[in-house]
Amino acid sequence: MQIELRQHTSLLRIGMAPISAIFAALILCSALIIWAGVPVLEAYALLFKGAFGSAFALKETFTRSIPLIFTGLAVAVAFRSKFYNIGAEGQLYAGALASVYFGTGLVSLPGYLMVPFLLLVGALAGGLLLLVPVLLKTRLKVDEVVTTLLLNFVVLLMVSYLIEGPLRDPMAMGWPQTASIVDEGVLPTLMSKGRLHAGLIVAILASVLIWAVMRFTVLGYEIKAVGFNAKGAEFSGVKINRTVILTALISGGLAGLAGVSEVAGLKGYLTLDLSPGFGYTGVAVAMLAQLHPLAVIPAALFLSAVYVGADSMSRAVNIPTYIADVLVGVSVLAILVSVMLTRYRIKWRK
Amino acid sequence: MSRLSFKQITKRFGSLIANDSISLSLGEGEIMALLGENGAGKTTLMNILFGHYEADEGSIEVEDKVLTPGSTEAAIQAGIGMVHQHFTLADNLTVIENIILGTESLWSWRHDLTAARRKLMEMAESYSLAINPDALVGSLSVGERQRVEILKALYRGARTLILDEPTAVLTPQETENLFITLRSLTAKGLSVIFISHKLHEILAISDRISVLRRGKIVDTIKTSEASRSELAEKMVGEVVTRPQLEAMQPGAPVLTLAGLSAFGDDKLPMLNNVDLTIHAHEIIGIAGVAGNGQAALADVLSGLNRDYSGTLELHDKTLTDAGPSDFVARGIGRIPEDRHVRGMIGEMEIWENLISEDLRSAEISKWKIIINRDAAIKRAEKLIERFDVRCEGPQAQTKLLSGGNIQKLILARALSPEPDFILANQPVRGLDEGAIAYVQEQLFDARKRGAAILLISEDLDELLSLCDRIAVMYQGNLSEAVPTATRTVTELGLMMAGQAIHAN
Amino acid sequence: MSDLLDILLTAGFWAATVRIVSPLIFGTLGELICERAGVLNLGIEGIMTVGAMSGWMWVYQGGDLWGGVIFAASVGALFGMLHASFTVYLGLSQHVTGIGITLFASSLSYFVYRMLLPSATTPPKIVPFQNFEIPILSDIPLFGEALFNQSPLTYLALICVPVVWYVLQKTPIGLAVRMAGENPVAVEAQGIDVLAVRTGAVMVGSALMAVGGAFITMSWFDAFYFGMVNGRGWICVALVIFASWKPGKALMGAFLFAGLEAMQVRAQQSAGAFIPYQFFLMLPYVMSILAMIVMARRAQYPQALLVPFRRGERV
Repeated sequence: MQIELRQHTSLLRIGMAPISAIFAALILCSALIIWAGVPVLEAYALLFKGAFGSAFALKETFTRSIPLIFTGLAVAVAFRSKFYNIGAEGQLYAGALASVYFGTGLVSLPGYLMVPFLLLVGALAGGLLLLVPVLLKTRLKVDEVVTTLLLNFVVLLMVSYLIEGPLRDPMAMGWPQTASIVDEGVLPTLMSKGRLHAGLIVAILASVLIWAVMRFTVLGYEIKAVGFNAKGAEFSGVKINRTVILTALISGGLAGLAGVSEVAGLKGYLTLDLSPGFGYTGVAVAMLAQLHPLAVIPAALFLSAVYVGADSMSRAVNIPTYIADVLVGVSVLAILVSVMLTRYRIKWRK
Repeated sequence: MSRLSFKQITKRFGSLIANDSISLSLGEGEIMALLGENGAGKTTLMNILFGHYEADEGSIEVEDKVLTPGSTEAAIQAGIGMVHQHFTLADNLTVIENIILGTESLWSWRHDLTAARRKLMEMAESYSLAINPDALVGSLSVGERQRVEILKALYRGARTLILDEPTAVLTPQETENLFITLRSLTAKGLSVIFISHKLHEILAISDRISVLRRGKIVDTIKTSEASRSELAEKMVGEVVTRPQLEAMQPGAPVLTLAGLSAFGDDKLPMLNNVDLTIHAHEIIGIAGVAGNGQAALADVLSGLNRDYSGTLELHDKTLTDAGPSDFVARGIGRIPEDRHVRGMIGEMEIWENLISEDLRSAEISKWKIIINRDAAIKRAEKLIERFDVRCEGPQAQTKLLSGGNIQKLILARALSPEPDFILANQPVRGLDEGAIAYVQEQLFDARKRGAAILLISEDLDELLSLCDRIAVMYQGNLSEAVPTATRTVTELGLMMAGQAIHAN
Repeated sequence: MSDLLDILLTAGFWAATVRIVSPLIFGTLGELICERAGVLNLGIEGIMTVGAMSGWMWVYQGGDLWGGVIFAASVGALFGMLHASFTVYLGLSQHVTGIGITLFASSLSYFVYRMLLPSATTPPKIVPFQNFEIPILSDIPLFGEALFNQSPLTYLALICVPVVWYVLQKTPIGLAVRMAGENPVAVEAQGIDVLAVRTGAVMVGSALMAVGGAFITMSWFDAFYFGMVNGRGWICVALVIFASWKPGKALMGAFLFAGLEAMQVRAQQSAGAFIPYQFFLMLPYVMSILAMIVMARRAQYPQALLVPFRRGERV
């Protein structure tokens, strides 16, 4: 087997990569569906219907894509500079914690200021949390993958302590959850019925903003340069550590926004099951988007559809909902291969 | 009698034909030189012989048996050993571990180190290649590592030894010793393929010379019947004249180093109290075996390492606490040693690489935040034209360019702002003759305009033909820079090996 | 302070330490083998999960215990092969592949568990490995019970440490593995297939990780819970760095962590009134980060860790 670099990669091929990866993942997972004794096409039809089949389903799919856009962006930005932030889950909770800490009465502001304020403190909290691994990496060369992963567990335990202790809502009949944030801090819903909230607009704005930063600014240039070739960037005068730290602040901030938008847009308060792994799924979103900030939106929508659709599919037929997680895992692996095939060609020899 | 023969070997990489129907044969006890420019296809051909690559067409016969293509194991079994240009050794393992790898059955439950050590020491003795089997490879000098590589091949019972540019990293005296070793090997019946682009070495050591140009064999001649000028023309194909150094009166001091010392991660000195003054209209060459502090000096002079003691002054202003961007802004142009790693970011487009050193200048970015793409592309177009870079345009991906064109981009970026001081670290390594002449011309033009240039190279010939003054680095110490004409190659070689020679 | 001493003087503490250390030893050794060959295996968390599920399921479906261990190891090796075909043969990002394997392997474990036991509300149990008492030795006070009255899998873990050390340091195959992690081109130049060596190392390493997971469901506990690996895989990755890629030091590091965890459980009982239990539970994760900080400056990474090797590629 021989792997050769392609001289040119057409845009078409780049665009086809995620689509073929998704198809590959669907085909591979159909083995599990067959095992469950359900006709494959029927199962996927149910999944599709569950995600897009009604106004309600569509709204659910969009609602669920909001945190995934944020965490997908967080991962995409970080991976661009080869800073492997796998801690979006923890940063999401940090953002959520900040929003309930400041949003449940500590600060009172009019609505048009309260929402931006909560977004800001949530982003700051996420960014500050990621400051620990990034400083350890830049100062001491401690591998960030392991530290960000481990911090996820630490943050979750911290949240568990806070919602059972200092931040527990006395009115919650003993349930471990915080008080609800004040009305001024709530992200308004976008349509009269359903749960779709203004977090979607914030998420899309964030995508566009990040895209513009990456494409048009000196900072974006430097992030890309560091990611492609840190030694070359350093030689040219890019300050590597400064760039990586800034990237981390942006990445952590975006993941923090995911937490704020879930609290302020959907739940109202913080519990331990705020995120069913949005941070980890963010890796899949970013990879499917090939780290492109605008492509994060459709990628997040797709994976959100998988989750929402799988929920309703498993209610209709006897397939465990974990099929959605399997699909996500397989997609990550499949996209790796399909992106590689856009840049290389594999030559088989006798 | 023929030891091995290539039959119509062809190898392509994408659209490039690296080897074009090459047929060659090697006799027993013969030293055959493979002469060619960088990129002529010498290493590719040897990699096919050694099984790293598989030929697209053709076959190789070793001692009248067809060699299994694409298998290093088969090549070793057939008695072929290769000393790669970039040594294939693991620094963190010992000499003996590096040598016995692959000699025992992988599924054996232990090493027979006693026997291996005995065998190695016997061989070392009989070929006079002294080595400590238990030393970590990382602690050895370049010459010693090469010895390990040769022993490694002999240990596997090599009867044909391939040496890929073996002298590039050696001092002239070490080269002499290598030649003595090679002659004693051939006296015992070994055959040697010696790859080089240095004519005088090839004329000194080989029995027969094959000249390779653009993947084709141009000619094969007996060394005794070859002449230097004829070989040069065959190798390059056309007569490329390298520029000549014009005599010129040095101007005012531009860059001054005084008592410069720098330390490595292990706190050992990499630069030890270096003094040097470089004047306008002057090229100073730094000779030395790789790993004697040249990289540390280059890091300081590129602005990458600020952790040094002593002073560094440009036009009487110290450069303390300045980074690469400040260096560039104050008039220092830098040509890095490794053009693919530090020189260019291959995944970025050409125009992006050409603005990397002054991203925050008024020309390139608005408020130091937003990149002025139009201005950047316009600059790229101008520089591509002026430096004759062969590419599809400013938006082509940099890594698709040839080595020579990438070097032209680096020159364009470093020289177009007309810097007062230029650091040129191995600026022509790995380039073909045309590109070498081009780079040298550019450096001479800069000198004429009044730039002070520091040229670091491992190639003495290059230094001797390019520099006004020359100094030698050995273990972090820099000798006094004296006019090039006052030093002989032998003297420089001894200095590179650590002997003190005082200026007459 | 005296509380601490009390804990250290109970045989129960030491027995618990040695029990808890077993999965960490398997996981750390497994990761160490992969990394010595030049491959970072972040699939470890998922591979431990799949090992925990498949070993347990084998026994629950009527297989015997050792069969379950072998089954878990084989499944782990299969995931290792998947990892290697991505990272070794295709040269893809080891970071992303590892995360992908973890997502895939854990979700697949949960899916399979739910498929086979659709309606189980309380997790069903198996009869796990029983402690095997080594006569006489187990009567030594304090440590006898801890070291010589343990599950056979714990003995296996302890035996694996010198075995892995011996194989890496003293045998040709171990030399090939180490060389593949230091300079793959050197391995190739000596006529050995680098890709095969790396793949083999990743498969063996992954098998060990899976056995570490199986220990949790087949010896420590007797049932499979969701999320029961709970970051142990990541701790093992930190431990490998802490151990400077040396099996002996890995054993020490694993014991340090296991001791900490055993103490944490006991301290919770005595100090739980003043310090919330969550802070005790945080200890292993925080300590892992601290361990990496302490060792960071001294870490001697295998030179070719994360560097893919592509045969015949033009350099």
